[in-house]
Amino acid sequence: MVAVKAAPGRGAGLTPYLFLAPYALLFVTFTLVPAGYGLWISLHDWDYLLPGKPFVGLDNYRALFSSSSPVFDFFWQSMQATGIFTVFSVPLLVVVPLGIALILNRSFRGRTAFRAVYFAPYVLGVAVIGVLWRFLLDPNLGAVNALLGAVGLPDATAWTTGLPWAWISLVGVTVWWTLGFNAVIYLAGLQDIPRELYDAARVDGAGRWAEFRQVTLPGLRPVLLFVVINTILASSNMFGQAYLITQGAPGVETRTAIMYIAEEGLRSYRMGSAAAMSYLLTLALLLISMITFRLFRTKD
Amino acid sequence: MKPHVTRRGLLGLGVGAGGAVLLGACGDDGPNPIVGGGQNAQPASTAYTGPNVALTFWNGFTGGDGPVMKALVDRFNSENPNIKVTMNVYEWADYYQKVPAAVSTGNGPDLGIMHVEQVATNAARGVVLPLDDVAASLQLKEEDFSPPVWRAGVYNSKRYAIPLDVHPQGMFYNKAVLERAGLDPENPPKTNDDYLKALDALKGKGVQGHWATPFPFTGTHQFESLTWQFGGQLFDDQATKPLFAEGPGVQALTWLVDLVKNGYSPKNVAQDADLIALQNGKAAFNWNGIWTINTLRAVKGLNWGVTALPTIGTQPAAWAGSHNFVQFKQRATDQNKLQAGKVFINFISKQSVEWAKGGQVPARKEIREGAEFKGLKEQAAIGAQIDNLHFPPSVPGIPDAMVTIDTAVNEAILLRKEPGKALADAAAKASQILEQNRKKYGG
Repeated sequence: MVAVKAAPGRGAGLTPYLFLAPYALLFVTFTLVPAGYGLWISLHDWDYLLPGKPFVGLDNYRALFSSSSPVFDFFWQSMQATGIFTVFSVPLLVVVPLGIALILNRSFRGRTAFRAVYFAPYVLGVAVIGVLWRFLLDPNLGAVNALLGAVGLPDATAWTTGLPWAWISLVGVTVWWTLGFNAVIYLAGLQDIPRELYDAARVDGAGRWAEFRQVTLPGLRPVLLFVVINTILASSNMFGQAYLITQGAPGVETRTAIMYIAEEGLRSYRMGSAAAMSYLLTLALLLISMITFRLFRTKD
Repeated sequence: MKPHVTRRGLLGLGVGAGGAVLLGACGDDGPNPIVGGGQNAQPASTAYTGPNVALTFWNGFTGGDGPVMKALVDRFNSENPNIKVTMNVYEWADYYQKVPAAVSTGNGPDLGIMHVEQVATNAARGVVLPLDDVAASLQLKEEDFSPPVWRAGVYNSKRYAIPLDVHPQGMFYNKAVLERAGLDPENPPKTNDDYLKALDALKGKGVQGHWATPFPFTGTHQFESLTWQFGGQLFDDQATKPLFAEGPGVQALTWLVDLVKNGYSPKNVAQDADLIALQNGKAAFNWNGIWTINTLRAVKGLNWGVTALPTIGTQPAAWAGSHNFVQFKQRATDQNKLQAGKVFINFISKQSVEWAKGGQVPARKEIREGAEFKGLKEQAAIGAQIDNLHFPPSVPGIPDAMVTIDTAVNEAILLRKEPGKALADAAAKASQILEQNRKKYGG
């Protein structure tokens, strides 16, 4: 009796794991093990080519919190840069693509063409958009200032070398570049909302705004959560735009955390210190992601 | 200077937020535990008579210099049927990350090119082999080269690099613009007084003559040239402490900042805008690397010239980089390959006048002073500065300390910090980095 009762349960129990195994294997090999190895590296003075990799305990972490260490100012400066960029780019990248998706979801002539147009920049590599905008935004020779001057606006804005202009440029370029991706996700989400809900809302006398608030937004919630988390992570990992458009200027104001970590680890070969920084950044991102999840949950 | 970044690459860096984490995964304990280079004791000679060997040769000649080197390699291959050299080209920034990783996994190339300031770091990290025997058997001596560039290839009293070329900074000028301001286009200014007078004359015609760029290429280079001109140094010889924030450095940076303050340069010059302005006739002068010869030659209808930097300070001096041959450490030593590699280095070194045509100054004296090089008007004009060139101390990790200068120059020329303050802040940081490196590399 007992054996008969347990058999179907056990038999079914193994199958899902077999299906999961290939991914799990990849995940363990390429994510879990390197992440663990990184933690190990962060406890050493690590240069992979030097034979001595002295164990230093938590020194690499301590240095990040000690104002007299060589990395302290640079690291927190870069974290601040990442923070500024994230705070200003995420709301725009969440809201603007939503508006565009709402418009592109209606039926009008040339809809497909517009969908393609908004998505198009996203297929370009960061090197392409970086160099393109570096020239367009050049404070003295760029097309942007020339056009502004032609219509009588100030034509000497330091788009790539001054503050806050450099941030406005970086956020603007990133929004232009990546909004298509979020818009497509929204569009898919919008098409998943059952039409009957809108019909019912209309029967109940709901206007456009009430429809949006009571039907569209709740229907988009899982998509919205994905978009918010994904955009936060993507923005906090910003590297290429600042690397190519501003080169971190003025000074090191627009040098982001990932830029600095890459310099420390890959150019100065201080991989222990870079790994410690990575872990701190990861921790911060985990925390922010958890808070975001929590915020979306309390709305239940 | 234009690293190739793909979105996927960025995602790779980003996910898990750890470039270092990723890179750590492919490290092991290095190619072998002998730091400072292994054995390379086979006496070198100028000919190779052994069995057929294939050599890989990596470099970062992605510009107009790539085809020139490729042609030299092809010629070597046809003249040496028992050696087959294959050349691979990467962006320099990628190259310096790729090569050590390749060497550590036993997949490194046999031969390569390195910039002089990278040699000590790579020697200390056991990436490159000592080449003293190459120098000895090819009978290469300091007198055959230029002393500063020859000495720069030595680390811990061993030679790791054979100089191929030097690429100094020169002063490029737009002749049409000079003429418009009533200046002699065949006689550009040579002293500080003449230079400032010329800038004044240009300003009178509404031309901002010298665009002061806040970026390393070539703002930092200009700062370094001027620091040496004012009698200063960037570091002491052993790189125990930074000296760039002392009097001469402050004078140098102040001079550049004053270009902006006095209206000889616009504010907020972006990357490459200074060189574009020269081509567009919006600027008259641009202090730039010798590679600019190729850029300007490609511009149709531009009437330009190039000469040595004017002496702004108390003595002539100019920034220069230098490409050097290196041999990489292998898991298993193959004497035939080492030997063939030396023959290759010697061959290219002797052909360096061909190389110079691609926009370089040969490191070898006999070639630099030969009639053929003198016939390359632009290269020879810049090459005339050979005795006034300076290189950073040959100390591992020196590039880490040098990037602090980039930040200071950037902050000062963008008028965000006073020159003295910007340099002092950078020097404080550089001291810490030098100390960190001494601990790391044991110095």
